[in-house]
Amino acid sequence: MTETTRKTGVSRRTLLKSTAGLAGLAAGSGAITGFPYVMSTEPKVLRYLGTAVNEGDDISKQCLKDTGIKIEYITATTDDVTKRVMTQPNSFDVLDTEYFSLKKLVPSGNILALDSKKIKEFDNITPVFTKGETPGGKKIGSQGTAPWKVLYLEGKDSKTFSKTATEFVTLIPTVYNADTLGIRPDIIKRPISSWAELLNPEFKGKASILNIPSIGIMDAAMVVEATGKYKYADKGNMTKEEIDLTMKVMTEAKKAGQFRAFWKDFNESVNLMASGETVIQSMWSPAVTKVRSMGIACTFQPLKEGYRSWASGFCVSKGVSGPKLDWAYEFVNWFLSGYAGAYLNRQGYYSAVLSTAKANMEPYEWAYWMEGKPAEKDIKAPDGSLLEKAGAVRDGGSYEDRMGGVACWNAVMDENDYMVRKWNEFIAA
Amino acid sequence: MDTSEDILQQPSPDLVRGSETARPAKAARLSPSFISWLQAGPMMLVFLAFFLIPLVFVVIVSFWDYNEYQLLPTFSGRGYTDTFEGCIAQLPDLCTIGRTYVKTLKLCVMVWAITLFIGFWVAYFLAFHVKSKTWQMGLSLLCTIPFWTSNVIRMIAWIPLLGRNGLVNSGLVKSGLINQPLEWLLFSEFSVVLALVHLFTFFMVVPIFNSMVRIDKSLIEAAYDAGATGFQTLVNVIIPLAKPGIVIGSIFVITIVMGDFITIGVMGGQQIASAGKIIETRVNALQFPAAAANAVILLVITFLIITMMSRIVDIKKEL
Repeated sequence: MTETTRKTGVSRRTLLKSTAGLAGLAAGSGAITGFPYVMSTEPKVLRYLGTAVNEGDDISKQCLKDTGIKIEYITATTDDVTKRVMTQPNSFDVLDTEYFSLKKLVPSGNILALDSKKIKEFDNITPVFTKGETPGGKKIGSQGTAPWKVLYLEGKDSKTFSKTATEFVTLIPTVYNADTLGIRPDIIKRPISSWAELLNPEFKGKASILNIPSIGIMDAAMVVEATGKYKYADKGNMTKEEIDLTMKVMTEAKKAGQFRAFWKDFNESVNLMASGETVIQSMWSPAVTKVRSMGIACTFQPLKEGYRSWASGFCVSKGVSGPKLDWAYEFVNWFLSGYAGAYLNRQGYYSAVLSTAKANMEPYEWAYWMEGKPAEKDIKAPDGSLLEKAGAVRDGGSYEDRMGGVACWNAVMDENDYMVRKWNEFIAA
Repeated sequence: MDTSEDILQQPSPDLVRGSETARPAKAARLSPSFISWLQAGPMMLVFLAFFLIPLVFVVIVSFWDYNEYQLLPTFSGRGYTDTFEGCIAQLPDLCTIGRTYVKTLKLCVMVWAITLFIGFWVAYFLAFHVKSKTWQMGLSLLCTIPFWTSNVIRMIAWIPLLGRNGLVNSGLVKSGLINQPLEWLLFSEFSVVLALVHLFTFFMVVPIFNSMVRIDKSLIEAAYDAGATGFQTLVNVIIPLAKPGIVIGSIFVITIVMGDFITIGVMGGQQIASAGKIIETRVNALQFPAAAANAVILLVITFLIITMMSRIVDIKKEL
C-alpha cells in the first residue's frame, strides 16, 4: 500500500482522511441499505427486564417469528430488577417481576399499569390470581403479598391497590409456582412430611435456605409454626416481636451449625444438593428437576403445612407510550397465547392462562405436569433432554393439589427495614 | 517501518524552524510549578470526577432519610443510629456492627499475614534466584491465573475439591487418616481465608518484587564480604530495602479484604459477616442511605489502618 502511496503522491494523512470520509458515508447510508423493507416503520424492539425464569431464547425466537417483535433480554436477580426499576426506569420497556415487589414499585410511580380490556385472554386467567382459589374451587392461603391483593389499581395513575376488580392491572400474570423443600431421599432414607425437619438436628450442617432475607424469613416462619412454637397472624407481615422471635430460632440453629450455606443463585442450589453438601433445603422446582436430570435422587417434597408460593407478571415502564405501548400489548397478548405458557409448564412452572397452554401441549404432557398422573411416555424438557421416564409421577401431584396447598406468598413486610437489620444481626451471630 | 518514513518525510522545513523559535519563548513564560500542575492535571480531573465527587455524594446521602421506595432528601442520622443500634445497651456483648468488624478485621489480619509470608518468598525467589528477565516475567504472569475465572465458577470449582464428598476429604478418608469427612474445609473461615490468599497473594508479590529487583546487588555482596550470614543479610539489608513494597502490597491486600463481600459470601456460605455484606444487604433492600452510612464507616476505618501503616514507613520518601 505504501508503494502505491508514494507513486501517486498521496500522503498518509490524506489517505486516512479520505478513508474516514468513505467510512462515514458507508455508515450513513447503512441505515438505508441495511433495512430496505422497513423504511416506513421502525423495527419493533422491546427491552425486557426480568429474572431468568421467563427469559428463554426459544420464547424470544418464537415471538419474533409470530409477531415480528424483537425481544432484548436484560437479565438480573430479583433484587437487582427492583433496584433497576427504582433507579433507571428508562432503561427498559417491559418489566417482568414478582408481585411482592409491587409494594415498592407502585408507590415509586416508575411503572405503568396495563389495561385489562386490551388483554385478549384476561378473562381466562386462572382464578388463582383473580379470586384466590384454584379452578376446582379450593381456597388458597392468603398470607403475605398474595397476587389478588395487589392485582388492581384504583385508577390509571393511582398508587393505591384496589380491593375490587378494575381495568387497571398492576402486573398481567404470567408464571407462578408453589415452592417447598427439596430433599435427597437417598441420603435421608425416611419420609419427610413437615417444614420442622429443616431445623431438625439430624440434618446438622446439611440444611440450607435462600439468602434473600424476605424469603428466608418466610421459610423460617413455616418452620416455627410447624414446630408449634408460635402461630403467626400473617407470616408475610410480621410485627417486630414476631421478627425477633423468628430470628432467634434461626440464630440458634445457625450457631448450632444447622446450615451448610445459604444460596441465592439457581446453580448454587443445584450444586449444593447434587454434591451432597446439603440434603434438605428450600428450592425451586426446575432446580430439583435439574438435580434429577444429573441422575441424582432429589424430591420436591410436599409438606403438610403447605407451600410458599410466588408469582410474576408483566407491566411496562412509565416511559413507554405510542407505538411501543402497542407492541408491549401485542407482546403480552402473544405471551398468554399458549406457546410460552406450554414452555413454562414443561419446566415445572405454571402458566397464567391454562387453556391456551393446554392447547400447545401433548395430552400426556398435560396429564403429567398438570393432572398429577403417571407419565404415559418419557417426559422431555423444552430443550428435548429427558426429565422423567415413563411411569413417573410429579412430586406433589396435580395443579389442584399443589396450588390448593399454598399456605403463604413471598412478601415485603411493613417492618422490612427492621427485618433487614435483624438479618444482618443474624449473619453476624 | 514505512510509517516512520512517512512521518519523517511529512513536516516541512518551515514548520520545523518555526517550532524551534517558538518553543523557548513559551517555556520561559510557563513557570515550572504550572507545568507540573499541567502534568498532574488529567489524573486529577479523573480522580475528581470518578472518585471525589461520588464520594461526596455518598457522604451526603448517608445523612438522608429513606422509605421503602425512595430517598428522602431531609437530614437524618438514621443510617448511623440504626447501624450502631444496641452498641451501648448490649455491653459488654458486642453489637451487630461491632461483631461484624471484629470478624472482618480478624479475616483481614489472617489474610494479610499469610499473603505477606507467601508473597515475600515468591518475590524473593523471583528477584534473587531467577536470573533471566523472561523467566521472571513468565513466572509472575503465572500468579495471575486465579483471576482468569469468575467468582461463581471458582465457588463451583471449590466444592468438588473441599466439599464433604470432595477430593481432599475422600482422599483423607480412604487413606485412613480420618473417619468422618472434615466439615470445616468448605463454607468456613478456613475456606474464606484460603480463597482470599489464593486470589490476593499476587498483589503482595508484585510490589515486593518491584522493590527487591531495585536493590543494588553490590550491597548484598558487601554484606556477604563483611561476614554477614544469609539470615543477617535478609533481616538487615533485604527487608529494610523491600519495606516500601511490603507496605504497598499490604495496603492493597488490606483495602481489598476490608471491602470484600463476594468471596467472603461465596466461600463462607453467606454465613460469615463482613462489612461489605452489611452494605450489600442494605442496598438490596433499597435502603441506600443506610448503605451509604455503612460505606462511610468502612472508609473511615480502612483509612485509619492505612494512615497507621504509612506512619511506619514513609512511602513518599522511600519511593
